Amino acid sequence: MIAPKESTAGTPSNETFTLNLGPQHPATHGVLRVKLTMDGEYITRAEPVPGYIHRMHEKMGENRTWAQYLPNTSRVDYLSAMTYTHAYVGAVERALKLEVPLRAEFIRVITSELNRISSHLVGWGAFVMDLGGFTPILYAFDDREKILDLLEAVTGSRLTYCYYRFGGVVADVDTAFLEGCKAFVKHMRPRLDFYRALVTDNIILRKRLEGIGMVSAEMCRRYGACGPVLRGSDVAYDVRKNEPYSIYNQFDFDIPHYPQGDSMARYNVRMDEIEQSLRIIDQAVAKIPEGPIMGKVPRVLKLPVGDFCYATEAARGRLLVRVSSDGKDTPYRVRLRTPCFCNLSLFEEASKGMLLPDAIAFMGSLDLVIPDIDR
Amino acid sequence: MSFFEPYLPAVRLLIFLVGTVAFVGLNAAYLVWVERKGAGRFQRRPGPMEVGPQGLLQPLADGLKLMSKQLIVPPGADATLFRLAPAMVIAPALMCLATIPYSESLLAPRNLNIGLIMVFAFGSINVMAIMLGGWASRNKYAIISAARVVSQNVAYEIPMLLVVITILMVTGTMNLNDIVKQQGPYFWDWNLFRVWENPLMPVTFVIFFICMLAETNRAPFDMAEAESELVAGAFTEYAGMGFGVFFMGEYANILVGCSLATVLFLGGWQSPIGLFPGVWWFFLKLYALVFTVVWIRWTFPRTQFYGLLNLSWKILIPISLVTLLLTAVVMKLPLLF
Repeated sequence: MIAPKESTAGTPSNETFTLNLGPQHPATHGVLRVKLTMDGEYITRAEPVPGYIHRMHEKMGENRTWAQYLPNTSRVDYLSAMTYTHAYVGAVERALKLEVPLRAEFIRVITSELNRISSHLVGWGAFVMDLGGFTPILYAFDDREKILDLLEAVTGSRLTYCYYRFGGVVADVDTAFLEGCKAFVKHMRPRLDFYRALVTDNIILRKRLEGIGMVSAEMCRRYGACGPVLRGSDVAYDVRKNEPYSIYNQFDFDIPHYPQGDSMARYNVRMDEIEQSLRIIDQAVAKIPEGPIMGKVPRVLKLPVGDFCYATEAARGRLLVRVSSDGKDTPYRVRLRTPCFCNLSLFEEASKGMLLPDAIAFMGSLDLVIPDIDR
Repeated sequence: MSFFEPYLPAVRLLIFLVGTVAFVGLNAAYLVWVERKGAGRFQRRPGPMEVGPQGLLQPLADGLKLMSKQLIVPPGADATLFRLAPAMVIAPALMCLATIPYSESLLAPRNLNIGLIMVFAFGSINVMAIMLGGWASRNKYAIISAARVVSQNVAYEIPMLLVVITILMVTGTMNLNDIVKQQGPYFWDWNLFRVWENPLMPVTFVIFFICMLAETNRAPFDMAEAESELVAGAFTEYAGMGFGVFFMGEYANILVGCSLATVLFLGGWQSPIGLFPGVWWFFLKLYALVFTVVWIRWTFPRTQFYGLLNLSWKILIPISLVTLLLTAVVMKLPLLF
């Protein structure tokens, strides 16, 4: 049962055909379309065709005030909305040189990490579903539900949070939330062992992921791939460590990275990241100080002229928000550098010569969120 | 009395055939319910609950819905083959089940001496039906699926038949009822445990079960349907009852496979403890196997296609050849002394 490490397609015959993967296909999780040129079941060319869920989020920024644009950011990658609002809020705070109270920063870290875990759980479940295992996604949703309940209690929403505001967060957390976080960490650790026993160590899963979808660090560099995709190719790059923002430098956590560069490595990175996020939450809940949750913010926001950037580590990789201001109360230009777009762009090169089911597994390991690609 | 007597065999045959059809229909419908309930239990949710108590009327509601839907034949498809394929899936399964001895007296009216061959002869038609359905659909996903099904079934037919030949050598008969009768009143008399005939007998059963999963296109070998890859594979273009019949055919084939495993390895209607042999034991064993099939589907991810073929050609076929050889050696061993 040795899986071929490379394509065994041999010389491509002249009889290729075009296969439309999407925009309505169960494995593309949304409306991504990939135009496949197939030679039998081997892919000779995979051309991603994004744009089916383009909502012009960047253009919308030019017509809204700085504050009005905030809810838009949480709708880009709806699975890790916290980190997206964080990046935008961070860019504006950097421009206005706003001080964020320490308690607010702690709350931001806790909620961001909770959001990261919930995002990874969905990504994991959907990935295993792509491989034909239906049960894990429901276990993942069961655990994710606990996170959503916690976040709903403090933010008021379950998916597209608009909780971070310029200068802090909109509502303070209570002891019930902090106790809930502690309970969740306690609950989640044995669950991870259970997931490992049920899914990660399954021989069928391993055979399908190991050695499949090789992505080298060099390829990641060329396409700007980031997040777990990059860390699965042995580059321990994480914005939280390499360009520390917020108060991440106060916490003790590792950057999981694997040298193999295959789908299994990316899978393992995500599973380990859940573990590390739990560690961060543990520390943050123990250390969270009392104090205000909102800094001093001017009533009318007018950013100084110039370009301002802020990068965060979203669940799927490095998110950079760049805002240009010409001194008015609306942005001159908003640019979102989203991780999924870059991660998708290496699909064409990496999937060459792959079998269709392997390409589906590979796409699952990239953990794409389609609205994040199209914005 | 004397007037009816010549017709009795015919009446008996008719009742048996109607019974078989009803049995398959009910099972196909209610195995869907069992599958959905089972999946619900594995996934910590209740499963169908709305229609009837515990969702027991759900199969009826589903059947009504499927029957009321239009049968769409896609433009450019081969309409004849497209319509023929569902019938060709369900009909052979019915034929197979007619040969199964449910109990000592509840069996095919004519004592079929070649029951085993008949089951495999009709069992293989299923593959052709899926291939035809996929081909006639004029859909790329369906054609990929059809090609997969053929190579998968060719690969798995071989170890399965090798295993059956092993059984045949041990039992010396192709009459399914005689095979059951041989497997005495206690569970250690089952073919599964007849290790003195062939020390690898339990392995043989495992091979048979794996091949049965692959032959019926069940997870983790559901290459034909493979939702996340091929949308719905060969059934992509089927709507309404066309799809419904394919669906029923799948469960009917599981039923055939599990019945055959029960008859060949688990002693059919024989009791495991020497008490009350009868049809209930057959059904107990049959549904235990069906439950295992459901259990496997909702636990494992799908295999990759080459993994599937490698498993057959590199592992299952050599092992089944070894068991075949071993049985032959053990059988001829007394000649040496």
